[in-house]
Amino acid sequence: MSEKQLMKGNEAFAEAAIRGGCRLYFGYPITPQNEIPEYMSRELDKVGGAFVQAESELAAVNMAYGGALTGKNVFLSSSSPGIALMQEGFSFMASAEIPMVILNVMRGGPGVGGIQPGQADYRQATRGGGNGDYHIPVYGPASIQETVNIIYDAVTLADRYRNPVIILADGMLGQMMEPIILPEARETVTEEEIRIQKPWALLGHQDKKERTVVKSLRLQPDDLENHNNKMHEKYIEMMEELPQYESYRLEDAEVVFVSFGSMSRIVREAMDHLAEQGIKAGMIRPISLWPFPNKAFDEISPKTKMVISAELSIGQMMDDVKCAVCGRFPVELLYRTGGMVPTPLEVVEKTKALLEVTK
Amino acid sequence: MKRITIITGHYGSGKTEFSINYALDLMQQGKKTALVDLDIANVYFRSRERQAFLEEAGIEVHSNIYHSDISADLPAIAPSIRKVLENHTYHTVIDAGGNETGAMILNQFARHFLEEEHDMLYVVNANRPETRTLEGAMYHYHRICDESGLRISGLINNTHMLRETEAADVLKGYQLCHEISEKEGIPLIYSCCTEEILIKLKETDAMPVDFNPYRIRLYMRPSWLDR
Repeated sequence: MSEKQLMKGNEAFAEAAIRGGCRLYFGYPITPQNEIPEYMSRELDKVGGAFVQAESELAAVNMAYGGALTGKNVFLSSSSPGIALMQEGFSFMASAEIPMVILNVMRGGPGVGGIQPGQADYRQATRGGGNGDYHIPVYGPASIQETVNIIYDAVTLADRYRNPVIILADGMLGQMMEPIILPEARETVTEEEIRIQKPWALLGHQDKKERTVVKSLRLQPDDLENHNNKMHEKYIEMMEELPQYESYRLEDAEVVFVSFGSMSRIVREAMDHLAEQGIKAGMIRPISLWPFPNKAFDEISPKTKMVISAELSIGQMMDDVKCAVCGRFPVELLYRTGGMVPTPLEVVEKTKALLEVTK
Repeated sequence: MKRITIITGHYGSGKTEFSINYALDLMQQGKKTALVDLDIANVYFRSRERQAFLEEAGIEVHSNIYHSDISADLPAIAPSIRKVLENHTYHTVIDAGGNETGAMILNQFARHFLEEEHDMLYVVNANRPETRTLEGAMYHYHRICDESGLRISGLINNTHMLRETEAADVLKGYQLCHEISEKEGIPLIYSCCTEEILIKLKETDAMPVDFNPYRIRLYMRPSWLDR
């Protein structure tokens, strides 16, 4: 473990990917994550890695796909409109079982939108923005330290499942500063080790007779169905293994917020203000967004009057919250969008108004 | 201090917080004060986000031609900046962007920065990975001088760890600034501390003679970020 340092989110995310073992980065500049390609262009070379600035996000995702085929760990980052361009590549990687760590430093959309923070890529990430039956584990960390830890762990997680992993940060997490402790750097993996650990990796024919083929094209429907079913078994395993959350003050909570990322920190402060005014509020903070931590909702007390999905998008997470609540409580929405971020006091006022209506 | 104070430093060193604190102090001393936000590198946490608050305190804010109306990374510097550089009745604080990239922009105003009229201060946070060592701090120091074409005339020790700051952090930064100061022959103007740290330093008698404490308040950081 290194000593505590004051780091900007984007710098720390890039360093976490390097320490986690990523040696290849392909990207195209987009605000508010530009410090990442800047950092990678300066630092990757020092650890024997490579940085390539592509001509577009579409090119970057396909370069990343190709890079990962060599068995090296690849880090891919962008912000909302850039991530939208990469969706085809994500679907291809999932189908071809290619590990990849993907970071989306989200901003306000739709379209080119703006450059202030948002969470409106929730649906795209958790449902899959590309074609076909596939899933990608999605995480929504709430602090720089948590994002750093998740990126670091995602490198091995992606390898283990042979699947991409998406981390949804937002502009606030990318641009803010926090004291953090960086994890220990993993040893650089040698080509020999890659040959043993990743027999699928394309490292040249050598003297072997049979070829290694990585593909997403399967023209025989029965072959494709078998492949999809095999993939689905993997997704079921993820659904059992990966759900992750934190819960706060659920006992006796009159109102329970569900919130992730930056927004959950605003809600945390709002909960204290509500408590001062005699309103008991709790929170479920999903850390994994897919698979959604449905089990967390069993902890909600029967005395709770209302569950509020608090998000920087217009009800995108609320669909998952409703599924998880299973009709036990009314589910309401509290949101800002377009790059607007509410103040804790605004959350307090809106919560009181929602409670008033249902009285 | 001279009429124009330029605040430079490695990015994330705390230039903006210091600039706002310093401009508010000048205002309280009854000086006609202007704050120039020259940050063209950052898109979040820029001093012009606090324009309304600063104007209410009586400070003129000059920045982008789009002010804070739109949030964009457009290097569209307002021509009105010239007024507060030329007009001798103003005390002007210039909040430059981070690193040499941010300092580069100072070049075009060079003819306004007469030796007798301006100070350029270098803000140091010894808890930032790139300015933890003398070598790192000097690298950015020289890059900023090279790109701006200006000489740094004083140091601001702004070593902190946000809400986790301890007296030891500020003292570590003091030590680093002391080394820079000896190397370059320029003074340490201030060591920034919150009220709590100042009290701690006084209580434990740990404050060096030439520490030059400066009480800083956080104006840029929303409280919920420290949850």
